[in-house]
Amino acid sequence: MNARRFSWTRWVSIVIKEFIQLKRDRLTFGMIVGIPVIQVLLFGFAINSDPKSLPTALVSLDNGRYTRTIVSALSNTGYFRFVREASSVAEADELIERGQVQFVVTIPAGFERALVRGDRPQLLIEADATDPSATGNALAAVNQALTTALAHDLQGVTADLASAPPAVDVRIQRRFNPEGITAFNIVPGLLGVILTMTMVLMTGLAMTRERERGTFENLLATPALPVEVMTGKIVPYILIGLIQVTLALLAARYIFSVPIEGSLLLLYGVVLVFIAANLTLGITFSSIARNQLQAMQMTFFFFLPSILLSGFMFPFRGMPEWAQVIGSVLPLTHFLVLVRGILLKGTTLHELYSSIWPIFAFMGAILLLGLRFYRKTLD
Amino acid sequence: MNADLVVDVQGLNKHFGPRHVVKDFSLQVRRGEIFGFLGPNGSGKTTSIRMLCGLLTPDSGSGTCLGYDVIRETASIKREVGYMTQRFSLWEDLTIRENLDFVARMYGMRQRRKVVDGAIEALGLGSRRDQLAGSLSGGWKQRVALASCMLHEPKLLLLDEPTAGVDPKARRDFWKEIHSLAATGISVLVSTHYMDEAERCHRLGYIAYGALLTSGTVSEVVAQQQLSTWTVTGPDLPQLQARLESLDGVADVTQFGNALHVSGVDAAALERDTAPLRANGVQRWERSDPTLEDVFIHLMRDTKDNFQ
Repeated sequence: MNARRFSWTRWVSIVIKEFIQLKRDRLTFGMIVGIPVIQVLLFGFAINSDPKSLPTALVSLDNGRYTRTIVSALSNTGYFRFVREASSVAEADELIERGQVQFVVTIPAGFERALVRGDRPQLLIEADATDPSATGNALAAVNQALTTALAHDLQGVTADLASAPPAVDVRIQRRFNPEGITAFNIVPGLLGVILTMTMVLMTGLAMTRERERGTFENLLATPALPVEVMTGKIVPYILIGLIQVTLALLAARYIFSVPIEGSLLLLYGVVLVFIAANLTLGITFSSIARNQLQAMQMTFFFFLPSILLSGFMFPFRGMPEWAQVIGSVLPLTHFLVLVRGILLKGTTLHELYSSIWPIFAFMGAILLLGLRFYRKTLD
Repeated sequence: MNADLVVDVQGLNKHFGPRHVVKDFSLQVRRGEIFGFLGPNGSGKTTSIRMLCGLLTPDSGSGTCLGYDVIRETASIKREVGYMTQRFSLWEDLTIRENLDFVARMYGMRQRRKVVDGAIEALGLGSRRDQLAGSLSGGWKQRVALASCMLHEPKLLLLDEPTAGVDPKARRDFWKEIHSLAATGISVLVSTHYMDEAERCHRLGYIAYGALLTSGTVSEVVAQQQLSTWTVTGPDLPQLQARLESLDGVADVTQFGNALHVSGVDAAALERDTAPLRANGVQRWERSDPTLEDVFIHLMRDTKDNFQ
């Protein structure tokens, strides 16, 4: 008998032991099944890199029949969904700055007359280009759609206008990111992704580590109150989060030349809110998880939808309604709107309320859950 | 409330899911007394101790610890009790000094620096104060843990198997320390598996399967069980043990080195049933007083029969 020979019996028993332990850890087992099934279904259906039905505002200063032709031609591409008719250019401006619409189509005064006279009137399409991939295909489809539609309308006396050059001079204005630089969209977004990952994970581990090492019992035996333990443990991570943001901002500014249009103070304020929401979630995870591995898995389970459904990786408006509902629960979705708004559009506080309160709502709900699960005693 | 009782609880119960871990647990510990808490593994010692110091809420029952209600006034109890966990529970990635300093802060102590320095001095760890707690040997970990739960000058110490895995010399020093603390009026409740430690306690309690079976001084506990014991020396003890175990009058047979302790609950039956073996003259038989260990082994076997 050679004691150093590979033993299949030993090997098989190690494999069996591993399976038994895996089976005992219910949460891990759930994650093994849940991650592929739920997430593949979720993201497979939800992610769409060719977003359609993008909300569009119309500023019509000429209500002729060609206006209707243009609106229906754009709608028929499937990319544009006219949701608002703005009465003024200023109103349309505000809509696009708040991120409520993706496009503003402006039909200038005297459009119809100029068209019929063959003056090739201008048609202005402004696009929110902070995420270039969300608008690219839509803009590419515009010229073809208009030419076809007008060819149908321009018959009889005006038929010769339909031939080249096109009867309408379409002016496309990519706002906030005129060159369509992807980094302008991705780099500010990374700010949120990095914060989500580290804040949730680190606080998630902080409490489970104490429990795993047995030091939690010692902490509980002292007169410390739950609120002291919870908040005391997250303060260092707030500081870490602010350092991360500062580093990411410096890189964005000096390596990727991302513009900083808005107020830095406002940005940091928004960052603090976002950090707080993530820390709350981390602490809650650590109250639920039995060990560090479980806390890590929960973080991952939360992290994937945060990346994929928030509009970080794929255009938010490309997702079906139900996926947008899930996405709008996630703090990252709103943080992306906030941080891209402040950095690229220079939006101010009063334009941002609609994106700030959902983060507070998320935080409140998670906090309630966390307090329910926090174990003051060892029961 | 009796002013002389630091612990006075009646009928405490605790369930973990379907398991009834502590059953109708009642206990009195007097001021300045060292009370030994014995029982097999999983008998509910740790759970009982955690209920006394407010870490667990009993499902039912009532009582006081240091005069505070064990259910409603856990915050006050925590402030005046020193609890040393079974597993080393100081922060291994903090130094000795940082650990003690943290604990002192948690109790909001005045003159923290002086207290911590004094504790380190008393431990004789002055030169190693900046060593990480995780790098200490078992005996030192235990001493630092004791020092940390003594920092806030508790009136009652709850020690959960403090000497598990500690060498005999360190154990002796530890008990010397416990006795000198008790002499200053501090009460101590200590759980242990060691008989020699049990004999150092003023009074004992024996818990098995969640129920306190007996309590009293060492001699009271021994007397209560009314065991009769014979000590047998000589050749072929293993064979003899096997034969003795099949006899009705014999409750327990335990080998102690070169001797067998043969015990029975009914002295007459024991004498009658062992008579043939005693008569054959191969081994030497002597009547002896049952030791505490005999009593505990008997209790352990007995309860196993009742609960399994």
